[in-house]
Amino acid sequence: MMKKIIAKREIDVNEEGYLIDFKQWDREVCECIADECDIVMTEKHWEVVEYLQDKHHKEEPLSIRGIKKSGVINIKEFYHLFPGGPLKKSTLIAGIPKPKSCI
Amino acid sequence: MKNLLILGAGTAGTMMANHLDNKLPKKDWQITIVDQYKTHYYQPGFLFLPFDTYTEDQVKKEGKKFIPNGVNYIQKKIDRIFPESNQVKLEDETLDYDILIVATGSKIAPDETDGLRGPLWRKDIFDFYTYEGALALRNKLRDWEGGKLVVHITEMPIKCPVAPLEFAFLADSYFKKKGMRDKVEITYVTPLDGAFTKPTCTKALNYLLEEKQIKIETDFAIMEVDNKKKAIVDYIDKEIPFDLLVTVPTNMGDEAIERSGLGDDLNFIPTHKHTLQCKAHDNIFVIGDATNVPASKAGSVAHFQAETLTDNIILYTKGFKLKQEFDGHANCFIETGENKALLIDFNYEQEPVHGTFPFAKIGPLKLLKESIFNHWGKLAFRWIYWNMLLRGISIPFVGRNMSFKGKIFDIKTDNK
Ligand SMILES: Cc1cc2nc3c(=O)[nH]c(=O)nc-3n(C[C@H](O)[C@H](O)[C@H](O)COP(=O)(O)OP(=O)(O)OC[C@H]3O[C@@H](n4cnc5c(N)ncnc54)[C@H](O)[C@@H]3O)c2cc1C
Repeated sequence: MMKKIIAKREIDVNEEGYLIDFKQWDREVCECIADECDIVMTEKHWEVVEYLQDKHHKEEPLSIRGIKKSGVINIKEFYHLFPGGPLKKSTLIAGIPKPKSCI
Repeated sequence: MKNLLILGAGTAGTMMANHLDNKLPKKDWQITIVDQYKTHYYQPGFLFLPFDTYTEDQVKKEGKKFIPNGVNYIQKKIDRIFPESNQVKLEDETLDYDILIVATGSKIAPDETDGLRGPLWRKDIFDFYTYEGALALRNKLRDWEGGKLVVHITEMPIKCPVAPLEFAFLADSYFKKKGMRDKVEITYVTPLDGAFTKPTCTKALNYLLEEKQIKIETDFAIMEVDNKKKAIVDYIDKEIPFDLLVTVPTNMGDEAIERSGLGDDLNFIPTHKHTLQCKAHDNIFVIGDATNVPASKAGSVAHFQAETLTDNIILYTKGFKLKQEFDGHANCFIETGENKALLIDFNYEQEPVHGTFPFAKIGPLKLLKESIFNHWGKLAFRWIYWNMLLRGISIPFVGRNMSFKGKIFDIKTDNK
């Protein structure tokens, strides 16, 4: 575990920069992380972030396929909004763990 | 008399029938098992069929031979589960159950990807996750003259997640042996960010890809197969051309699960990961590839699960609390070609490690290191499968939970 200053606060992150405690996440933190990824949050970005957080809290696994069926966004748009590994980037920004694709 | 009904007589269902036949009192319980097919396939053998290493006969046997006499065996298609009334509808009859075990596995769903089942299917595009696919590919490889071979994973989870990589390694050996390796370009395409599904493995084993001159494309989420251009295309319009595409299509649970309203997006059943009880219904248990637990979908995993599930079924019939025991233990051989193999051992929490197996310091099998001994281990697995695993006999010295003895926890994943 490491500490990182995000939005002028000390936030607990893992070695890949993912938040460890979701309680430390808020919109300000979110915008700062997005900025580090060269992403400017739009209405659509927030919608996706909320969808991902909701899935995570219900312990439902996140996947590209899930995005297809989310009703929030299609996959092409998803790649467009979070260029270069959209699931990795969007979960980082949403303050939830990187999806485990390792199984 | 009460009924315990098992759906699916593949690896997991057959093991449960054998375990429970020994453990449930015969005067109180009738065990019934249902499967649609007469034949039981040894699926790990599908990896070797395309390379003419195994023959057809070595990978299939009559399923009924592995079901104990006291168990009622029905060869019919399962249509639907009615969890509210504790019934299962088959093609032409309905069965009642007190306890249900779902072991219907997972299978490929090529229709999930546009263009996969297009004009090139089974001409230049093959899978090896089905018996028919593996055989068709064998026939293709026998007189293929070379070109771009693309080995591809559509999306996770898939059963036996290392099988596609093993396929690429074995293909390298196969073409070398045929004296035509210089005519074949092998590319491995994965939706993950590394070749191995576990980060520690990627760190320890990436050298294998270089050594075998296998190109790798990561983070590739396929959108469609372009049959005209002979290329796979992803969502950022990246194209990877192929002459021969060997793909692992999306893996999904059976449609019967979907019809029953018991599955997730991929028809896998939400299951408690330490007890194997279905989350939605207390008297339904789920085992093997049919669950959604975050463990590998592998025969070895089903084997460890079966031991826990047997205890839990017995506890359940007596009204006791279930054991929170299953830890995600998986134990897989990885064929690396040239008669060598690796062995990895891991669970929900613990990444694969170096060391020896099953005995600390002695082995004889080495974890995460290539050896000929491991390759023999993989080949011996076929015998163990037919003669021990299916019959519910424990593999000596290998426990259901992961052991930490003899293991060295020294590989760190990369900081990104
Ligand atoms: C190419 C390949 C290589 C592999 N290599 C390995 C390996 O090296 N090591 C390892 O441990 N594992 C390996 N596996 C994985 C292993 O084979 C599976 O994880 C294991 O078979 C899972 O057992 P199961 O009982 O859950 O499912 P299965 O064995 O697939 O059984 C499911 C059964 O349910 C039946 N069924 C499903 N739906 C219905 C229905 N509607 N009506 C009637 N019957 C139905 C099916 O006919 C089938 O018999 C490999 C798999 C493949 C494809």
